[in-house]
Amino acid sequence: MTVTETATRPPHAPARSQAEPKRRRKPLSDNLAGYLFLTPWLIGVAVFVAGPTLASLYLSFTNFNLLSPPKWVGLQNYIQLFTVDPRYIHSIEVTLIYVVASVPLSLAAALVLALLLNTKIRGVGIYRSIYYVPSLLGGSVAIAILWRQVFDSNGIFSHFLQLFGIPATSWISTPGLSIWTLIFLHVWQFGSPMVIFLAGLKQIPTELYEAAAVDGASKWMQFRNITLPLLTPIVFFNLILTMINAFQAFTPAYVVSSGTGGPLDSTLFYTLYLYINGFTNFRMGYASAMGWVLLIVVAAFAAAAFATSRYWVYYEDSED
Amino acid sequence: MATTTAAPTLTGAPRADRRPPRRRGSHLVLHIVLIIGSIIMIYPLVWMIGASLKPESDIFSGNTLNPFPVDFSWGNYVKGWVGSGDVTFGTFFLNSLLVCLGAIVGNLFSCSLAAYAFARMHFKFRGLWFAIMLGMLMLPFPITIVPQYIMFHALGWTNSILPLIVPKFFGVESFFVFLMIQFIRTIPKELEQAAQVDGANRFQIYTRVVLPLLTPALVTTTIFTFIWTWNDFFSQLIYLGKPERYTVAVGLQSFLDASGQSEWGAMFAMTTLSLIPVFLLFLFFQRRLVDGIATTGLK
Repeated sequence: MTVTETATRPPHAPARSQAEPKRRRKPLSDNLAGYLFLTPWLIGVAVFVAGPTLASLYLSFTNFNLLSPPKWVGLQNYIQLFTVDPRYIHSIEVTLIYVVASVPLSLAAALVLALLLNTKIRGVGIYRSIYYVPSLLGGSVAIAILWRQVFDSNGIFSHFLQLFGIPATSWISTPGLSIWTLIFLHVWQFGSPMVIFLAGLKQIPTELYEAAAVDGASKWMQFRNITLPLLTPIVFFNLILTMINAFQAFTPAYVVSSGTGGPLDSTLFYTLYLYINGFTNFRMGYASAMGWVLLIVVAAFAAAAFATSRYWVYYEDSED
Repeated sequence: MATTTAAPTLTGAPRADRRPPRRRGSHLVLHIVLIIGSIIMIYPLVWMIGASLKPESDIFSGNTLNPFPVDFSWGNYVKGWVGSGDVTFGTFFLNSLLVCLGAIVGNLFSCSLAAYAFARMHFKFRGLWFAIMLGMLMLPFPITIVPQYIMFHALGWTNSILPLIVPKFFGVESFFVFLMIQFIRTIPKELEQAAQVDGANRFQIYTRVVLPLLTPALVTTTIFTFIWTWNDFFSQLIYLGKPERYTVAVGLQSFLDASGQSEWGAMFAMTTLSLIPVFLLFLFFQRRLVDGIATTGLK
C-alpha cells in the first residue's frame, strides 16, 4: 500500500515547498527534459512490456508453432484449457495449494522471527544474517537440486526421521507429499519479508510502548494494540509481493521433477505447464492463453487484497 | 529495540531495578530458540558443503547426517568441473558472469535515467507513466515471455545472451527504478538547485550531482541485479540451447539430467561453487542488501 501512497503524493517534500507555492509551476522545459530522460524506459515499456502483453493477447486467439504463421482460432484455446485439458485444471489446483499454503506460512515465520529479532540481545546481527541468507540463495537451481536430494528416500530428511523410527520414504516422488517439499522450500526463504518487517518494527515510536507500559498494558496487549495495527501496511505489502511471486514459481518444480511436473503431475506448477506447452511443444498460442488467464487470476487476487485492505490495514493519517 | 530500551524520560528510573533479572532469563530462552532455528535454517547448506568434500562412497553410508567429512577430498570438485559433456563449468561460470555484467550495466544506466525523471521532473502524463511503472512491478512474467521469445527468435538472437541483456538497457526492471526514485527523494533538492544556479543543465545535474549522491542505491542495484540474474533460470533455459552458451543455472540442470543423479558428490561440489558468488556478495554487502529491501518495502 505504501507503494500507491507514494504514487499520489507530490514528489516535492510538502513541508518545504508549501512555503513557496509559486515555485511549483515548473518551466515548460521539464517536458522535453523529462521525456528525454525517460526515452529508454519508454522504448522498453513499448517493446518489452506493453507490446508483448498485447501480442500475447492476440496470440492467445491463434494456433502458432513458430514455423507457420499464426492461425486464428477464436476462443478455442481458452475453451480447450477449461474443458478438455485435465492437466491444466490440475496445474491450477497445484499452484493454488502452493500459494495458499506457502504465502501465509512464510509471512507468519517472517513476522515471528522479526519480532524475536527486534530485541537488543547479543548476536542479533548474526541471527538475522543466518535467517536472511536462504532467501538470497533459495531461488537458485543449486538449492532446488539440494532439495531434491534432501527429500529423497536416501536423503537427509529421511535419515533424520529414521532416528525416530519413521521408515524412509521419498518425499519428492510421492504424489501427495512432493508439493509440501516445495512449500517448505518457499517458507525456508522467509528472510526477505522478515527484513521488511524488521524495518517496519524499527519505525514504531518507542513512546507508544512506554505509554502503554505506564498504563499497565501487558506485552501481549502491546503487541495486539500497537505492534500489529502499525505493522499492517507492511503485512499488506509483503502479502502482495509474496503472493505474486508464489504464483510465478518455476525453478524448484522444474528441477525437482526434471521438467515434467511429476510424479503424477503433483508438482505441475502453472508456469511449468506453460513452459511445457510453449517451449517444449511449441504451442505458443495455447501458452499465451495460459499467460492471460494467469494475469487475470493474479490481478483478481491483488484486487481482492486491495479491496479488503481498508478493513484491516491501518493508516496513520486517517486516525491522527 | 522498542520493547527493551528504558527511556530516560517518563519511566526510566523506577522500573530500571526491577527489569534486568527477568530479562536475562527470557534472553536465555530466546537465544536457545534462535539457535535451534538457525541450525534448521543452515543445516542443509552445511550438509551440502560437507558432502561436496566427502568421497562419493561416504556421502550415503555411515553417519549420513554428519555434515563434516571424515576423509577430506577435493576429488568431487575436479570431477564436477569437467561436467558431463565437452564443455566445462568454467564456460558456464564465464557465461553467467557475462550475463550478470551486461544486466548490471543495463540496469544502472536505464533505471537511473528513468528514476531521475520520475523523482524530480514535471512532465505531461507523469502520473500515468508512474502508475505503469508500478504496475510493471506486479506484472507476471509469463504474460510477456512468449511474444518476447518470438521476437528474439525472429531477430536470430536465441542461443545468444542478448535476450538476457538487451531488455535491461531499457529499464524494464521496475524494482530498481522504484528503488532509485525512493533514494533520490531523500537527497536535498538544494544541491541540484545550486547546480542549476551555476548554469548546469539537466543532464549535467544528473551526471555530476545526482549520480554521485545516488551511489548507495547504485550499489544496491548492482548487487541485486547480480544475485537475481545469477539465480535466474526460466529465461536462461529458454534462450540458451547450446552447451557452449549455458549459464551456471542451465549447466547445473543439464549436469543433473546427464549424470548428477549417480554422482551426488560432483553435483554438490558444483552447486556449492555456484552459490559462492552470491554468498560472498552477501557477506560484504549485507547492510546494503537489507537496507535495499527495507527502503523499497517502506517509503
